[in-house]
Order: sequence, then structure tokens, then C-alpha cells
Amino acid sequence: MREQGHSFELDWWLLFIVMIICVVGLLEIYSSTHNSPLHGMQWKQLIWIGIGFAGMLVLSRIDYGALLDQSLLLYLLSLGALAVALVVGNKHFGARRWIEIWGVDLQVSELVKLIIIIVLARYFSEVRTERLTLADLVKIGLLVGVPAGLILLQPDLGTAMVLVPVAIAGAFLAGIDWKHAAGVLALGAVVAVAGWNGHVLKPYQKQRLATFLNPENSPRGAGYQILQSEIAVGSGGFWGTGFSKGSQNQLGFVPVRYSDFILAALAEEQGFFGVLITLLLYLALLLRLIDNAQKAKDRAGMYLVIGVAAIFAFQVLVNAGMVIGYMPVTGIPLPFMSYGGSSTIFGFLALGLVMNVRTKRFVN
Amino acid sequence: MANWIGSDQKLPQGRLILVSYVVVLEVILLLIGFWKLQIIQSGHFADLAEKNRIRTIPIIAPRGKMLDRYGRVIVDNYPSFSILLLRDDPAQIKRDLPQITSGLDITAQDLEQQLTEARDEPKFQPIVVKPEASDADLAFVESHRADLPELELMMVQRRKYPPDDFLAHVIGYVGEVSPEQLAQSGGDRYKPGDIVGKAGLERQYNDILTGTDGMRRIIVNSVGKPVRTLDDTEPIPGKPIQLTIDLDMQRVVEEEMAGKVGAMIAMNPQNGEILAMVSRPAFDPNDFAVRISRKEWVDLNDNPNKPLLNRAIQAQLAPGSVFKILESVAMLESGTPPPDFHVFCPGYGMFYGQIRHDWEPKGHGEVDLHKAIVHSCDIFFYNVGMRLGIDKLSYYASSLGLGKLTGIDLPSEEPGLVPSEDWEERVYHHKWYPGSTISLAIGQGPIEVTPIQLVRSISGIAMGGVFYQPHLLKDFSPVKTVHFPISEKTVEEVTDGMYGVVNEDGGTGHLLGYPILAQAKLQNVQFCGKTGTAQTISAKGLLRLTASERHSFGYNTWFVGFAPKQNPEIAIVVLVQDTHLEAGGVAAPLAARFIKAYFEKKYGQPIQELEAMASPAKSGSQSQASDAAPAARNQ
Repeated sequence: MREQGHSFELDWWLLFIVMIICVVGLLEIYSSTHNSPLHGMQWKQLIWIGIGFAGMLVLSRIDYGALLDQSLLLYLLSLGALAVALVVGNKHFGARRWIEIWGVDLQVSELVKLIIIIVLARYFSEVRTERLTLADLVKIGLLVGVPAGLILLQPDLGTAMVLVPVAIAGAFLAGIDWKHAAGVLALGAVVAVAGWNGHVLKPYQKQRLATFLNPENSPRGAGYQILQSEIAVGSGGFWGTGFSKGSQNQLGFVPVRYSDFILAALAEEQGFFGVLITLLLYLALLLRLIDNAQKAKDRAGMYLVIGVAAIFAFQVLVNAGMVIGYMPVTGIPLPFMSYGGSSTIFGFLALGLVMNVRTKRFVN
Repeated sequence: MANWIGSDQKLPQGRLILVSYVVVLEVILLLIGFWKLQIIQSGHFADLAEKNRIRTIPIIAPRGKMLDRYGRVIVDNYPSFSILLLRDDPAQIKRDLPQITSGLDITAQDLEQQLTEARDEPKFQPIVVKPEASDADLAFVESHRADLPELELMMVQRRKYPPDDFLAHVIGYVGEVSPEQLAQSGGDRYKPGDIVGKAGLERQYNDILTGTDGMRRIIVNSVGKPVRTLDDTEPIPGKPIQLTIDLDMQRVVEEEMAGKVGAMIAMNPQNGEILAMVSRPAFDPNDFAVRISRKEWVDLNDNPNKPLLNRAIQAQLAPGSVFKILESVAMLESGTPPPDFHVFCPGYGMFYGQIRHDWEPKGHGEVDLHKAIVHSCDIFFYNVGMRLGIDKLSYYASSLGLGKLTGIDLPSEEPGLVPSEDWEERVYHHKWYPGSTISLAIGQGPIEVTPIQLVRSISGIAMGGVFYQPHLLKDFSPVKTVHFPISEKTVEEVTDGMYGVVNEDGGTGHLLGYPILAQAKLQNVQFCGKTGTAQTISAKGLLRLTASERHSFGYNTWFVGFAPKQNPEIAIVVLVQDTHLEAGGVAAPLAARFIKAYFEKKYGQPIQELEAMASPAKSGSQSQASDAAPAARNQ
């Protein structure tokens, strides 16, 4: 094996794909906002991308082994931060998700996503059996459940849900008894029903889920966003209305068109063709991540990369699904495209983890 | 180093490949979803997108004008602004409510009620919060375009009706289309808030008068703010209608009936054209032109004098002695009793075991048909009625047009009633009392006629049995004509009698009618007519009342007439209700003055009636009432 010392190697292909996605996002943010009081947003997003990129470079140089060693500390820190956010956090849009750091509101839960990836990678890598035992599943459930519960209290159903696929993907790779898998599924169903009937879900969350099932029922109520999003997407046709020429986008009918619904804005202006390119970019991103996982030096590295891939894949699925009315409105952003500081920084930090793993693959 | 380290760990490559398949599947599924929306359903969503961004504001088509028979404008339109409240954002409306109500000077209660009522309407349907905006209101809306985007202006054409209740019942009024009409129209013809004719000619000829609204399509953003106008579709104005009304003659009847309760109709007997029609008390249609307040509406409906009632076609009253004309025709045409029938009138008589009095206690002495008509002798007609019997009386009364709709082109005409043996049995389940025939003989009892029926009936008799459908639209076609031939001799006899009523000494209409025409040097106009007075309550009912209550019941006085005697060109009916003058003397001079005005106009003389109106001193021709058949007090 080649000895590369402390040098590190960036995955240029991965970066290239991500940068194209970022540029597409910046253009669409510009198109969506330049005619409105929000104009100039693309520059803010560019700054977030810059910060994220720097964070990625830093994280890619920290030995992921060290991170895994500190996973317990990181985990407790994240629980503490979530608790602090709940008690003293700044309230936006009715949810306590933000902690102010250096005058900038940061969404704590985005950081928690990163830590959960690390914590679960550590846990899965220590499993020595062919299949996960029931005890393993319970522990994993607790590891994910506690922070997820705290995030749910904010309340932020979407981000809480994002933690779950990390565990599922990891469990799949670690090996799971199909009976256990069925059991987990059944338990999930029970929790979902109990959550619906009990007081776990906030009324607005129930409302969103209910409208998701039947959006036409309340055109100006909660189903409005889904319907408007579908209208924008559907009216785009194959080639779209053209850059910054989408009436629904430009006249503001598309809800949060620069962030959560940016794919709807893109779908209207760039049509199915633009959506095809964009989704293929995400496919390339995900496959490249899996490729990195396959080439990881060890299982821990693989779990880290797959955790990142699981979160991105889940976010793409839920966000794009939401835009076309197949998923409820949960406020999950599209990675690297939706405007947003916390989510953009998370995306790049997650990439940093991946680069880190990649760098290490030739070590030893 | 922790125990997670170890390059000996083999990666589960097979499962990783499965993961990549899952990712590919995910993207394919999402692409299928987008394909469905963007390719398969793209037309549907493109439509929805258009509806989203384009708001259609109606440009209201002005209603057609109403013109008099010479093309003079009676009903016109004027432009005005309505303030609309767009209801897309209930939360914002709730927030802005205090500002809107204070700025537009409306009560929060009213607005909230309107919003509640409109709750079930589609959200994109704006409501009219202020139908007629003042300059201050317009300024308020314009200056708050930014912070109150839910307010919008709409130009409308409003009805401008003549002042002072002029021709109110004939014109009718307009109003917002009712939920029932909306349901009936099936949603095609009307939309909520449309203005439609609600009464009178406005309702009768709504289809002609209503134009086709145009529309302005504007592009709006997601908060409903107009960005620019896309295009305009010009409205098609409603068509004007020309009426048979003669504005001058209408002014005469309006003036004559001022302050009275009753009705007056002038009709051309030769074709059924209505030259003038008035009902009093009236209402101001202009109150309806904008939006009538609940209080005004309740006041109009609760008013004991029923100003909304068009007495000309809806008052169903006993005709009193006017009925004697129809009875005369029945007698002469049926030969029962024979034409030379005559009685001695001592002022009373015994019929079916009951003593009946003449209105003239002294009696009329020896009376034949001519004298009976001229003096309105009750005893003579009791005898005639008794000999004719209910069947013949009923047959002739109906054949001559009483107790059924005349078909005038106005909504809500009432049919009145001519009793018959059948009717008595059907309604009261007992046989016809012969005594009732005696009451009927002088136009009392269970007979109800409307003024329009009487004027048509008398016109038809004067025309020898040709009854034209009365109408108000100049181009009315076809004019339904009923032929009930009356022999020339009968017409001659009856009209002679009616001429005598006005022109002979002792005629019940003479003292008042004749001098008026004489004074106008219109002696050569052969004015014929018949007075009638009917109690508004039965004698039995009267006995049950206290003196003061009794006083509150007056008489309904009638006069029907026409001129000239041969080939009549103008027929008139006058009804004055609840007058305490116990005589047709109230009605007869009104008719005479109208006839005078009519011929003054015809012969190009100044219409004195209208000149008197112009001068502050009212014409002093209202002399004391004379007798004129205060008939049937014994009923």
C-alpha cells in the first residue's frame, strides 16, 4: 500500500457535482427573488456556501477516528444543545430551532444530524456479529430516539425524521434479521398511530399530514402550498417557461420558492428537462457517495459515508416528493439547492466527513 | 485506540450495491412523479396557473334606458364606483377590519354579517362592501393600495330613476340577484351580485334591458396585487325600451294623485296602450338603485298604506256602482229584463225578504235604464240584477273582462274575482244566496276588480266589444284582442247613459266633470263616465266596530270614463281609496281634469294642469264633493 502520510485527497468528482448543484440552486434563488423584496438572496447563499466549503476543508483534515472516539461527548453535547435550544432558543415560524451564535441564528438540529451520523457509525462499526441483535436494535433506537424526540419537541417533525434513515441504512448494512425488521416496522406503525392520536404531533403537523392526503379540500388553507407547488410544477411542461419567466414563481404563488420549494420554481421555469438534469445530478451525487463508501478503509468509514448518503437521499426523496404532492410538507430542504445557512453548512460538513474517509482509504 | 478500528473488517459490498439500486429506484420514482405532473397533466395545471395569476374584474354593462312614447328619457344610468372586498385572505381581512370600517365609514357589525353570509361563496368572489363610494371613500382606497390590497374599485352603471316617486310602480326597481334566482338560472345567466330587475318593467323586460357584462383581465401576484392589465372585453349595453307612457299625461296623473291613496290609469281603448299609470302612495326606486337598507325595506313593507303595492293592477276591490255599466250591457244583450224595463224608485225596495235602500233616500221616481245610469239608481239595478240572476251577471261580468288577468306587461297582476254559484259552493260549501245577487247588482259583495280590469272593460264596451290587452311597451306584439260582440244599440244606450252621468243635470259626475271641461272650452269633447263608491268594509263588520274605528274606514271611490263618445281615443280609471268624502265626487273631477289635459295637449293648447303644477298656488278646482252614488251603505 502506498504511504501518503498526512496528505489528503479531495473527491474532485464529488465536489464538481455538488458545485453544479449549488450553482443551479443559486441561479434559481436569484430567479425566484430578484423581482421581490428578497432580492440579493443568492449572495447570502453564496456566503453560506463559502462558509460551508471552509468547514468542509477543516473537517476533512480532522481524523475521523478522533471524531469517532469522541462520539459519546459529541452525543451528550448535541443533546445539551437541543435542550438549550428548546429552553432559550430563538423562535422562528413558531418553532424553537435556532441558537444564536456570533449573531447568526443556527439550527441546532442540523448539527445534530452530523453527530448522529458519527455516533451511529461508531456503534455499527463495533458490532461484531453477523446480524444485529435485538439489544442492538433497542440501543440504536434509543440513540436515535432521544435526540429525535427533543427535535420533535421544537417542534420539527421533518428533521426528527431525517435521523431515522441513518439508522435504517446502517442497520441494513450491519445485517438485520428480517423478523426484527418486520418488528421494527410494526413498532413504527404503532408509534405513528399513537403519535397521531396522542399529543405527540402538534395540530399544525396533523393538519399538514391531513392536507397532504387531500390537498384540494382546502385551497387556501394548509393544502394551498401543495396545490400551488403542483400548479407551478405542472404548468412548467417539458421545457419550462424559461429562466425567471415562471408566472407562478415570479408572482409569488410558489410557497417559499427560494428554499423548501425551490424545486417547484425550477420545475416551472426549466420544465421536466431541468428537473431531469437536477435529479440526475443528485443521483450522481448519491452514487458517488456510495462509491466512496465502497472504497472506505474500514466499516466505520463506510458507515459515515452511508449515513451522509442516507440523509441526502432521504432529503431529496421527501423534498422532491413534497413538491409534487407525494409527501407531506415537512420543511425539509433540498441539499445544496435550498436557501439556508444551517442546512448548507451541514451539507458541506457532511461532505467533509466523506472527504475525510476518502483521504484515509490509503492510510495503513 | 478504540475497538472500532480494524482494516480486517470486510465491507458488505453486496449490500452497498443494493443501496445504490435503491437510490436509482428513488430517482426513477421521482422522475415518474414529475413526468405525471409536467407532461401528462401539464395542460390542467397550466389552466390552474392562468386562473391563479389572472383576475377577472367585471365591467358592468349599463342597463337599457326607458323612454316615453316620444322618446323622452324616463330612466337613465349614471356611472359610479363600488368598493369591493377581496376575500382571498381571511386572516388579513380580520386584521384590517377596524381600518376598513373606519376608513369607509361602515359598521363592523354590517361588514362581519356580510362576510358571514358570503362564507359559502367561492373565496375568489369579492363582496361589495360599499355600493356607492363617495369621493372620500375613493381617496381612502387609492391611498391604501399598499397596505389594504384587499380593497378594489369597480365602476358600475347605476339606475337613475325620476325623482319624487314618478312612475315608480310602472318602472319598478332593480336589486342584487336573489339566491333563488341564482339557483334557478343554473349559474349560467347570473352570478352573485348581478343587478336584475326586481319589480315593474325592470323585471318584466329584464332580458331586454340587461346587457352583457364585459371584463377586464388583470395579472395579479400571490397577494392579489394587480401587476398589469392583460386585456379588456367591452360590455354590451342593454337595449332601451320605448314605453307607451306619455310623460306629460303621466305628470298630470302623478300630480292629481299626490297625497292620495289609490290609482289612476289612462289607456287608449283602440289599441290597449297605457298612456299614464300611477299608484299612490309610492316609493322611490332610487332607494333601490344602490342598495336599500334593511330599515328602509322594513319601513316600506310595514307601512299600512303599502307603498310597494301597485294598486293599478294589484288592488282588488269591489267596483261599486261602476258595475252598473256592465250590468246594463248584460240586461240589453240578454233582453232580461227587456230594454224598456222601468221601475218606480221610492228610495227603498224589498228584495228576497230584505229591505234595501237607495243611496238617495228621497228616491228617483220613475226610472228607466238611461236615468238609472245617469243617477246611479240602486233600486233599478237591484231589480235588474234580480231578474238577470247570478248566472247571467257572472257570465257577462267575466266576459266583459272582470275577475281575470288583463295580461298587462307587468309582473304580479292580481286576477280579482267574479263570484258564481259554482264558486260559492266550492269556497263556502253552501248554495248561492239570492240576496248576494242583489248586492252584486250594485257592485258589492264578493266581487273584486282591479283598476286595470275596469279601464279595459269600459274601453271594450265603448269599442263595441273589442277588448285589447293593455300594455306598456310601445312595440308590444302581439296585442291579444278579445272579441265579445256587443250590439251597436246596446253600446249606444250605455254610452248615452255614461254621457249623461257627466253632462246631464243630476248626473252623478256632472257637477264636477262638466264644468271642468266647459271651463276649458272643451264642451265639444263628449266625455262619458260612471262613478262608483264602495264601502271598504261590510255593513256587518261596521257594526262590530267602535265609533272611532268606524271613522277610520272610508270609501273607495271609482270613476271610469272615456272620450269621445264615438270612437273613443282615451279611457280613464280613477280609484281613490279610504276617502271620507262619501262620493265618487273625489274621483270624477280627477278624471275630468285628466281628460281636459289630454285634449288640451291634443289640440295644442297649454296644459293648464301642468302649469298649475309649476306655479306654487295649486289649482283651485277642488270644489265640494256632491253625491255620486254613495251606494250600498245598506250592504
